[in-house]
Amino acid sequence: MIAELGNYALVLALAVALVQSVVPLYGARRRDAVLMGVAEPTALAQFGFVALSFAALVACYVMSDFSVATVFDNSHSTMPLIYKFTSVWGNHEGSMLLWVLILALFGALVAGFGGNIPATLKATVLSVQSWVAAAFYLFILITSNPFQRLADAPFEGRDLNPILQDLGLAIHPPILYVGYVGFSISFSFAIAALIEGRIDAAWARWVRPWTLVAWMCLTLGIAMGSYWAYYTLGWGGWWFWDPVENASFMPWLAGTALLHSAVVMEKREALKIWTILLAILTFSLSLIGTFLVRSGVLTSVHAFASDPMRGVFILAILVLFIGGGLALFAWRAPLLKQGGLFAPVSREGALVFNNLFLTTACATVFVGTLYPLALEALTGEKISVGAPFFDATFGPLFVPLLIAVPFGPLMAWKRGDLKGVTQRLTAAFVLALLGVAAVCAIEGRPVLAAFGIGLAIFVIAGAITDIVERTGLWRAPFGTALRRAAGLPRSAWGSAFAHIGLGVSLLGIIGVTQWGSEQIVSLRPGDKVSLRHYEFTFDGTTPRRGSNYSDLVVKFTVRRNGERIGVMEPAKRTFATRQMTTTEAALLSRGFSQLYVSLGDTNADGSIAVRIYHKPLVLLIWLGCLVMVFGGGLSLSDRRLRVGAPKPAKARTALQPAEQRA
Amino acid sequence: MTRKQRRLTLIAAGVGVLGLAVALVLSALKDSIVFFNSPSDLVEKHVAPGTRIRLGGLVVPGSIVRGADLNVGFEVSDGNRAVQVTYQGVLPDLFREGQGVVTEGALQTSGTFKADSVLAKHDEKYMPKEVADALKKQGHWKDEYENKKPGAGTRTTP
Repeated sequence: MIAELGNYALVLALAVALVQSVVPLYGARRRDAVLMGVAEPTALAQFGFVALSFAALVACYVMSDFSVATVFDNSHSTMPLIYKFTSVWGNHEGSMLLWVLILALFGALVAGFGGNIPATLKATVLSVQSWVAAAFYLFILITSNPFQRLADAPFEGRDLNPILQDLGLAIHPPILYVGYVGFSISFSFAIAALIEGRIDAAWARWVRPWTLVAWMCLTLGIAMGSYWAYYTLGWGGWWFWDPVENASFMPWLAGTALLHSAVVMEKREALKIWTILLAILTFSLSLIGTFLVRSGVLTSVHAFASDPMRGVFILAILVLFIGGGLALFAWRAPLLKQGGLFAPVSREGALVFNNLFLTTACATVFVGTLYPLALEALTGEKISVGAPFFDATFGPLFVPLLIAVPFGPLMAWKRGDLKGVTQRLTAAFVLALLGVAAVCAIEGRPVLAAFGIGLAIFVIAGAITDIVERTGLWRAPFGTALRRAAGLPRSAWGSAFAHIGLGVSLLGIIGVTQWGSEQIVSLRPGDKVSLRHYEFTFDGTTPRRGSNYSDLVVKFTVRRNGERIGVMEPAKRTFATRQMTTTEAALLSRGFSQLYVSLGDTNADGSIAVRIYHKPLVLLIWLGCLVMVFGGGLSLSDRRLRVGAPKPAKARTALQPAEQRA
Repeated sequence: MTRKQRRLTLIAAGVGVLGLAVALVLSALKDSIVFFNSPSDLVEKHVAPGTRIRLGGLVVPGSIVRGADLNVGFEVSDGNRAVQVTYQGVLPDLFREGQGVVTEGALQTSGTFKADSVLAKHDEKYMPKEVADALKKQGHWKDEYENKKPGAGTRTTP
């Protein structure tokens, strides 16, 4: 009954979405306030129905209703409650329902909080948003209905894929999806601007908070996914350039570019057409990501099922929205007036530089991800494009970008002074050189790593320089500087923190890739093995039982220079239902570095293969991402964004009926 | 600078960066991609020893030999031919006899394949796509290799 209710609610959501995708748009063209007014209640109702549908699916999982096919396939009555809950989206059907839930949520948020957006623009945006939603409701109802029943209800489910039975999974997909799907708002705004045929600085202000929210969540989602892979897969890698990771990384790169170009548009009314194009491309990359992960063209843990019908359907959605969006762009973009002249050396110029390198880097990731698929489709030849490809293409493109990061915020708008900015960055540069010298003195080689550390320090110190310059610290009395610091726009603090976060992540990446060390050995109880300054003693093994699994736990005592610093207990976990084992790695943090122990097979002679890693500075990778997200949050809280844009120019207000003032 | 010159500067910078990216991508594609081969391909395509490739197939039951120092040897077969693979290290959780596997490394002059990585895939029902295709090509594909999903074909309930 509950499943049918959920199914019915989803059908209703589709019906509402169809109304919403036509009526407000028509109303906006006719300037009919009543028809435009349909947008808000339908957007809210749509969200209500999808939420009801999602709640119904959650209920099926929590009550272990195995007559529902997806519950049977992905749940088990002995599973802890939290995993019953998370397995709702631990499979294709459920995760698509989560996708549309977030899509509808964003539509509802625009309807509820977009009070300062002009009525015609808002109606058009909500209509466009609804096209996307309708397409995906159809996709779910036709090809991947999570509420499908089984003729004979089984007594027990098949359990959730053990690798997914982890708390990281509980939060990773929803947050990542908020990021992915959040860019749909930027897309809808871009399409609406093209339909309306006009765009101004105010547009950029309305779009920016939504883009920022999506970007923050995507950053957080990618970081969590990376940490999850790091500790669950048992080989200590934090980024594999796996197509599924790239699928989320491409929208991130494009979205980062979009955030920066929207700044230019907001402040200087320049780069309008480019910003619109980026908004379309960013969401297109989100859709492509969804296609890659959901269609089964890539087989990996994320492609829960492969069904050609689904692939073709998503491909059709892809072609419709990306092709349609770009065609509309080609047709309407020439109508948009260009504004804001600027010299190549200026804040705008720096942001163009940023966009140029970010989008090009994104393009190389795109090629690396899709080339194997294209080649196989065309020639049947199977290749793999792995880390060496991305190191050789993405790396060299990102280095100039990182060097340029400290320069951007210090440049003046319109016409900058490169020499003056360089002078102001002297302190940062000296700090970076000191860092290089210190690393060379302590670690010696590799020299490249020392330069990487130097670059990271330059990025961090450069971001701090920006704040120091703005507050006049050192030059003005401390009290004045403090007052100025409090008066700085939050977005200035936000960008400084985001850039600091970037530098911090870079420190971690350099640390773990250049100075990480590992040992792979077979050990028996009583054996000792040392790595760097640490000594690991294999104390023994103990079996342990969990609710739906059993562990074989190995206890290690870790000593540093003879002093006991902790106990590590990696395990091999066996899940009875699926007859599958997973590796539970043990982590021991030492400052920002970690020791990592995971188990391999048990050999015939009773010894156990053990992998021991020392991961210097590894925690900084994710800490940096958190700092970036924090910066995004500061920027989001900027008063100018909350209050909204100042009223548009007089000529334009004249076009709007008086009663529209919210 | 006039408006036109500025625009030209921008376009030149754009073309420059794109050119750089294309050059990087092309050189990386030449050097760092790895081709997938089945054991039959090794013979048919005359893969030269020392070339870095991926080799995939089914682990031949009974062929796994574990030696000292985490050395392990096993045979990979696509039904028609089998190749002896040597590897030193920890095998992934899902490495089992009779299951699909993808290894990366190079063929030795002796004819054995020395792998430096055995790819970990994370689903017990999962058959690497390349391996599935190779098996189908050799006519040794069996339906039970594939993970049955509800709605896709027959299913039995327990």
